[in-house]
Amino acid sequence: MAAENLLKVEAVETYYGNIRALAGVDVEVNKGEIVSLIGANGAGKSTLMMTICGSPQARTGAIIFDGEDITKLPTHLIARRRIAQSPEGRRIFPRMTVYENLQMGAGLDNLKYFSEDVEKIFTLFPRLKERQSQRGGTLSGGEQQMLSIGRALMARPKLLLLDEPSLGLAPLIVKGIFEAIKKLNKEEGLTVFLVEQNAFAALKLSDRGYVMVNGKVTMSGSGKELLANPEVRAAYLEGGRH
Amino acid sequence: MTAATETGHPNVLAKAVREGIFAGVISFFMFLLFVGVETYQDINNALVWRTRWGLLAIFVLVAAVSRFLTVGFIKPHIDRRKLAKAKSGVLEISEQKNFFHRHFLKIALIFLLVYPFLSLLIVGKQGSLKYVDNFGIQILIYVMLAWGLNIVVGLAGLLDLGYVAFYAVGAYSYALLSSYFGLSFWLLLPMSGVLAALWGIILGFPVLRLRGDYLAIVTLAFGEIIRLVLINWTDVTKGTFGISGIAKASFFGIWSFDTGSANSFVKAWGLSASSVYYKIFLFYIILALCMLTAYVTIRLRRMPIGRAWEALREDEIACRSLGINTVTTKLTAFATGAMFGGIAGSFFATRQGFVSPESFVFLESAVILAIVVLGGMGSLTGIAIAAVVMVGGTEVLREMSFLKAVFGPDFTPELYRMLLFGLAMIIVMLFKPRGFVGSREPTAFLKERRAVSGSFTKEGHG
Repeated sequence: MAAENLLKVEAVETYYGNIRALAGVDVEVNKGEIVSLIGANGAGKSTLMMTICGSPQARTGAIIFDGEDITKLPTHLIARRRIAQSPEGRRIFPRMTVYENLQMGAGLDNLKYFSEDVEKIFTLFPRLKERQSQRGGTLSGGEQQMLSIGRALMARPKLLLLDEPSLGLAPLIVKGIFEAIKKLNKEEGLTVFLVEQNAFAALKLSDRGYVMVNGKVTMSGSGKELLANPEVRAAYLEGGRH
Repeated sequence: MTAATETGHPNVLAKAVREGIFAGVISFFMFLLFVGVETYQDINNALVWRTRWGLLAIFVLVAAVSRFLTVGFIKPHIDRRKLAKAKSGVLEISEQKNFFHRHFLKIALIFLLVYPFLSLLIVGKQGSLKYVDNFGIQILIYVMLAWGLNIVVGLAGLLDLGYVAFYAVGAYSYALLSSYFGLSFWLLLPMSGVLAALWGIILGFPVLRLRGDYLAIVTLAFGEIIRLVLINWTDVTKGTFGISGIAKASFFGIWSFDTGSANSFVKAWGLSASSVYYKIFLFYIILALCMLTAYVTIRLRRMPIGRAWEALREDEIACRSLGINTVTTKLTAFATGAMFGGIAGSFFATRQGFVSPESFVFLESAVILAIVVLGGMGSLTGIAIAAVVMVGGTEVLREMSFLKAVFGPDFTPELYRMLLFGLAMIIVMLFKPRGFVGSREPTAFLKERRAVSGSFTKEGHG
């Protein structure tokens, strides 16, 4: 398969002060793929996600997006390259309504496609339609996650970054959200890069996966391969089947 | 209604007595040094002190009795009413609003438009000076300042404790440029807005990375720096003497309000000489400026930049990940807020005819911020109400000579201004923690418009 490369992370090192959080990470995401990154707490998964978004910036190495080096760009310019993010902790705007939150996501095109796209989001997550005039902060955790993903999608992204979409949610809701991601990927060819602790669900969904330990990628392969890998099973799946 | 909730229930009364005594004891110690002891200079110019037990007793009594009444009668009454309401099944927030409620803004605007003539009609030329100037203009200046600060604090969530600096920049811009270069009010009004906006950006740059408490401290320092420069740069600003004889605003260059001039407004209209016409004219100018501020704020909230301000208040990181340039967003918030402060300042200068650094102390910033917080951050109506209460309240205090009957003949109510101010703020914050109008009107909606209820909204975290 002649996959076209969309995101390429090359030997990236990121520091928090003097502490090295990423120790030379190489990750690739091709167009139309769902790629997941799994690993234990503190492995550096979220740091990699944030580094791609330029906050903090990588000290060495390069991040190439769609043929352009974005390593040293400020966050908002990276976002304008159509890398949308549903960040860790969801970070919706709590005092604004669901509708306004979605509007904020469509700011890049100055609301040009807003009415069209908002209908799409409401079809994808009907719960958001019911709650549209409710304040973001009053939503349940699952609804907030839907809103966070919906807001990211409003930017018509080329690449969607999801940081732990299953965090703190009931399994049934996680299933619904993952199904929505799969649907977007299948129907619209959306490229998704997913960070998850819920390794089983993430790998089942993904075309390819990376395993991260202590700021380094230790394993990679197709989702099925990793699921079958005895080391991965021992470390992330056995006894932890969510 | 059960017997247990009756007012006369012994438990409630006993509790009320207990709490009343407790409040009395606390207020005794609280006011012992503030009220009970007074220092004064005797005939030899030495500072001596005397006690004021009578006044202290009145203070303690007021505290004890009001606590007794609150616990014993007012609170049970409110509780009973709430209970009855809950039982009858009527929702606390009813959709039906009465006529006054629905048309509040229109009524308020019409009242403001006829206000000067109304006061002229009722109390005559000389009497209406007080109502138009001390009440009308004074309150409207604060409304405009608070609405300007609201952009920075209420919308963008940047806690600014030095807002008065921009007010000072506007006032001195007008005072200096008009007395050195003889430029007219109508030219300098927008110009001082621009200059203040420039200073807003100058303040904005170093504080871009700061939030909350840290930002508050830096802005506080900024306000003091401006004031100290005004005091010490005596060559230009004349220091603490201030600048006097600042030119009056003209009637758009057609008529002048100076009594001696050839094209005097009074002469042109064949009126008897009185300063009230000028005051009424100023009243309408500041009213128009307030309306301009409100209009711009409302419009901006619906534009991308206004939405970005509000999003910035909510979550800066999320803003950046949505492609919003937080640097320009913050700077425009500072600049826009400062601009309105500057315009209000230049109006203040022309109205006073005199500016000195004393008008721009930290207390002014605190009062403006208090108005914004009391009114409910982000709500224009709430802020206007708060300005009327806070500024109008202190003016009313001057009129309350009947208090002398209670507290003795040398009681000057104005001196207790800050005490009452603080008391009022505590009461409002206890009962309406999100300000008078705590709800936030969404700027976008699909079919129905519903205010976001105040009880859900979070305080700005500055």
